[in-house]
Amino acid sequence: MSSLDNRLVAAALTLGLLAAPAFASDFGRPATPAEIKLWDIDVAPDGKGLPVGGGTVAQGKQVFADNCAACHGDNGQGGIKDRLAGGQGTLASGAPVKTVGSFWPYATTLYDYIHRAMPYPTPGSLSTDDTYAVTAYILSLNGIVPPDGKVDKDSLPKIKMPNRDGFIPEPEFDPAKLFRKK
Amino acid sequence: MTSKSQIESPQRPASVSRRGFVGGLSAGVLGAVATEAAAAQTLADVPDRGPGADLGAHSERSRFVKIDRIPEAGPGKRNVDPNDAINSKTPHQKLVGNITPTDLHYERSHSGVPDIDPAQHRLLIHGLVQKPLVFSVDDLKRMPSVTRVVFIECTGNGWENWKKADPDLTVQNTHGLVSTNEWTGVPLKFLIGLAGKEKNSNWMLAEGGDGAGVDRSIPLTDEIVNEAFVAYGQNGEPLRPAHGFPMRLVMPGFEGNLNIKWLRRLKFGTEPWMTRWETARYTQLLANGKARQFQLRMETNSVITQPSGTMQIQPGYNRISGLAWSGHGKIAKVEISTDGANIWKQAQLNQPVLSKAQVRFQMDWVWDGKPTRIVSRATDEQGNVQPDRQSFIAAMGSNALFHYNAQQTWSIDEAGRVRNVLA
Repeated sequence: MSSLDNRLVAAALTLGLLAAPAFASDFGRPATPAEIKLWDIDVAPDGKGLPVGGGTVAQGKQVFADNCAACHGDNGQGGIKDRLAGGQGTLASGAPVKTVGSFWPYATTLYDYIHRAMPYPTPGSLSTDDTYAVTAYILSLNGIVPPDGKVDKDSLPKIKMPNRDGFIPEPEFDPAKLFRKK
Repeated sequence: MTSKSQIESPQRPASVSRRGFVGGLSAGVLGAVATEAAAAQTLADVPDRGPGADLGAHSERSRFVKIDRIPEAGPGKRNVDPNDAINSKTPHQKLVGNITPTDLHYERSHSGVPDIDPAQHRLLIHGLVQKPLVFSVDDLKRMPSVTRVVFIECTGNGWENWKKADPDLTVQNTHGLVSTNEWTGVPLKFLIGLAGKEKNSNWMLAEGGDGAGVDRSIPLTDEIVNEAFVAYGQNGEPLRPAHGFPMRLVMPGFEGNLNIKWLRRLKFGTEPWMTRWETARYTQLLANGKARQFQLRMETNSVITQPSGTMQIQPGYNRISGLAWSGHGKIAKVEISTDGANIWKQAQLNQPVLSKAQVRFQMDWVWDGKPTRIVSRATDEQGNVQPDRQSFIAAMGSNALFHYNAQQTWSIDEAGRVRNVLA
């Protein structure tokens, strides 16, 4: 073999060692659709991931009183934890009040967050319909859903939050530009 | 106050020697020394040698060293019921070197510290992949691994000084939400290869197994795919529960919140999910009411840790020391001003200087006893320069709350008392 051939062989061996052939079958196991469904809880702004269901503001008022008011205050005015309502028009002031109504850009995020993280002691314990209902109630406290309104799988992604256009993506990681050059 | 012993410096003879001043400062560095009442004046005062204590299964700190994190319930909310704490800060004023001791690494947890049995923990990889997979901790440990020293910094580090400067703050209070450890784990790229990520997937959702299920959307840039890893080791041992046991994502140079602890799910998709953490929480509200979003990289930063807030120094020879770090790469230089940001001198960096890791800097200084202000400024290898506070606030306003990297100024009065000031 020529020295060039030797170098090629050596290079191939080196590459082979560095990138040892590893297959998925060598590690872990395939995830089944049924078990993925158990953990696949995220909800996207287009509504992807929202479960079938819905709830009214009136139902949500009771769910809130039973599960949320102790920390977030009556009518979501804040207590030992975050204020959820009001604050619209304060973001450019010296004392901005960031709430669901004044700051959150997507209503879908509210469903996602309540379902994944709330109520704090027992996250995810509310039923699907109760989660929709309390989402509707918090939106109604902010004047985004009427007092006799409701939200469901189809209507929630269509809600335009007051601060939807209030965010400026950092140029380096702007989702509208990143990965779209080609 | 944690640094009482630093304020109560031992009395020195009137004609104090150069060595005396060094000793005085050393007492401040070790800050933690419980009592100096029986300081040895001559070698005859040094206690006799003799048999020591029994050897143990693990070693504890000296009883003369008191060194602790400080749990907080929010900015400035200290001395709280541990149940109410949301973060716990690193005591930089009592540390030396580049690495943070494991038990003193800062912590920010959003729903407490889960007690996870590693035998029952699983990592699910799914979404836009050819082969959705489930891994155990043991699976990860059999894979090729990387070991890397990196800083992790809470996006809220520095939040005490956005609007005002409480003069009684220590550097632990102002900058205690950044630490540097050595982490070991599996490259994200390897996991992506196993699952067979689809080409059209450019975003990844990482989710934790804590009560809050903290989740963040991560753009799969070349830099992130090449550098991120799923860690199971911290400073040579399994992760501590507070830092994500049994596995966490490590994202060198990026927001602490992206380094998802108790990692249990990686989902591949095409767009960010707009989770609560990347919309309502870790976004920076500007003075005009708009908020900067996806400001994921941590900035070029530095702080003088010695001398720092609430310490007291003496005229003559002093050593200034501190830490510098940048999410852009290596620190190229650190400059120090001892006259209120007029004249700058380059500090010495303690090797090795690693990319996206904290590095200690130091400089000699003879203090003439007149009131002054000391401040450091870091420059990284990309040429990013840590901004002065005035230009920083001009760009970000004072409501942003996150990503504070303005230069930290300490004032020193005629008695040598060091205090937190804005500039």
